[in-house]
Amino acid sequence: MRTATARRMPRWVWAISAVAVLVTITLGVCVGAVYITPTNVWAALLGQFATGIPSISEAQETIIWQLRLPRVLLAFVVGSMLASAGCAYQGTFRNPLADPYLLGVSAGAGLGATLIIVNSSVTKNFYLPVAAFVGAMAAVSLTYFLGRSAISGRSSTALILAGVAVASVLTALQTLIQQQNTDVLREVYSWILGRLSTSGWSELLVIAPYILICSYVLLRYRRVLDVFSVGDEEAQTMGLPVSKARGAIIVAASLGTAAAVSVSGLIGFVGIIVPHILRLISGNSYRTLLPLSMIYGGVFLVLADILARTVLAPQEISIGVITALLGAPFFLFVLGSSKSGSIS
Amino acid sequence: MTKLTVNKLRVDLGRKVIISDVSITVALGDWICVIGPNGAGKSSLLKAIAGILPSGGDMFIDDVNLRGLSHRDRACWIAYVAQDPIMPPGMTVFNYVLLGRTAHLKMLASESHVDFEVAHFVITELGLEAFLDRDVMTLSGGERQRVAIARALTQASPIILLDEPTTALDVGYQQEVLELIDRLCKEKKIAVISTMHDLTVAGLYPKELLLLHHGKIYDAGKPDQVLTRENIAEVYGANIEIISTNGMLAVIPVRLQT
Repeated sequence: MRTATARRMPRWVWAISAVAVLVTITLGVCVGAVYITPTNVWAALLGQFATGIPSISEAQETIIWQLRLPRVLLAFVVGSMLASAGCAYQGTFRNPLADPYLLGVSAGAGLGATLIIVNSSVTKNFYLPVAAFVGAMAAVSLTYFLGRSAISGRSSTALILAGVAVASVLTALQTLIQQQNTDVLREVYSWILGRLSTSGWSELLVIAPYILICSYVLLRYRRVLDVFSVGDEEAQTMGLPVSKARGAIIVAASLGTAAAVSVSGLIGFVGIIVPHILRLISGNSYRTLLPLSMIYGGVFLVLADILARTVLAPQEISIGVITALLGAPFFLFVLGSSKSGSIS
Repeated sequence: MTKLTVNKLRVDLGRKVIISDVSITVALGDWICVIGPNGAGKSSLLKAIAGILPSGGDMFIDDVNLRGLSHRDRACWIAYVAQDPIMPPGMTVFNYVLLGRTAHLKMLASESHVDFEVAHFVITELGLEAFLDRDVMTLSGGERQRVAIARALTQASPIILLDEPTTALDVGYQQEVLELIDRLCKEKKIAVISTMHDLTVAGLYPKELLLLHHGKIYDAGKPDQVLTRENIAEVYGANIEIISTNGMLAVIPVRLQT
């Protein structure tokens, strides 16, 4: 007889996912201006804990520990956060076009970053992420406030419309500042298109706590995201405190996104394309979709970053360009080759 | 629990009064059906009782005031099936039915073995085992309605509100769903409030009818008392004939000119 359980992802999916994570991270550390063999990479990584592993040069060890590993892990964490935030937004708004920037995160962060970039008197390395983070959170708070109170009606559409309005105003302000300071255009654009340059471990350590907590909260809400899929009214009659749950999900997704964006700039497409590709493969239940988005959002961004670093080496391409240039066609390919093509 | 009492219910949308002065009492095992022409406020009435439309007036289950309850506690008393329930694409029938356990779970908890058992029990009871792994999007109208009712039953609340449960269905499916509701009332002692627009069908199953006109109760009582030529002419503006055979009523429209 059939056992009474919800259909879950088979174990091998998680096993494959673990392998995918290890392989992409290893690859990310191997590839660069100097190629380092996987054996050497793992020797460096495990060197402190094990004996009898071939020793590697100090230079290689420095490259691995101080340059590549922090960057690869940063790419993974940022990609993971963007994909799971996008996934959570799509669920709570029942809107397949929702992405992490839906409620104005990008415009707020962009304005914050631009203000710092044009202001030559401050130390950019420190203030840029702070300003981007503050801008992003301010924009989402404004959207949330306007959507909840100023626009009457209890539908989530009000919130999305408020997001559109807030984003247009902030983007207009940012464009205005940009035009007054054309000398910094290049720098502003490079930030907007996304970049994952690190200086050691500091960026990762600063954002990791936010992203860990937000990811944990979102994971706890994955069953609730499934309840949202029957619509607000029915969800409420089933006992879900709809506004409270949506509020918590928005706070977690936005805070995590703001943290990611503060160090990575506005990397597009990850939050929308990764969950949709996974939908076509694993179905629409957020119980599996959300953890898979966390895993493969990270994997996707690590791979994109490898390309960004190597294609035009020694020049770096903005990672946002790579995610859009590769992500979009890949998504269309998956969409075309899937028989059901069912996207909620 | 013995009965739900709704007293002087009132619903306003903007300046428009949708429902006013509606009082209903429904006991366990009873089936009350709300009828009335389009726009009379049938759906609004159910939504107000379900708590998804703001309303005035009292609502009590025995001594429990529904107004003071959280969404979750209220859902433990009252389940609601919308007129056209949203079927999330890509969700299996089992997972959909399982959503009905939400009211019995803390917001961030996952289902326990008990919840799985309840969902399975309901699915078996309703003869839906064959659909367990089917995508809810691929179900026919009648199957959808049964699956939605299964979700409401999984909620294990003593009162179920059904908005037009048979409207989009062919006569065979209609009968299937109505028989099911009737059986649940009688065997499980569930109180049902439904809306319906097919008057003949409304006269067939429910114990009591509530005729709504411009948001007010125009008449209420046993089907043969409410379904009269005069009532229907006044409220629906329709010219009909009531045919009664073996205690069953049929509402037949009559052509004005022949």
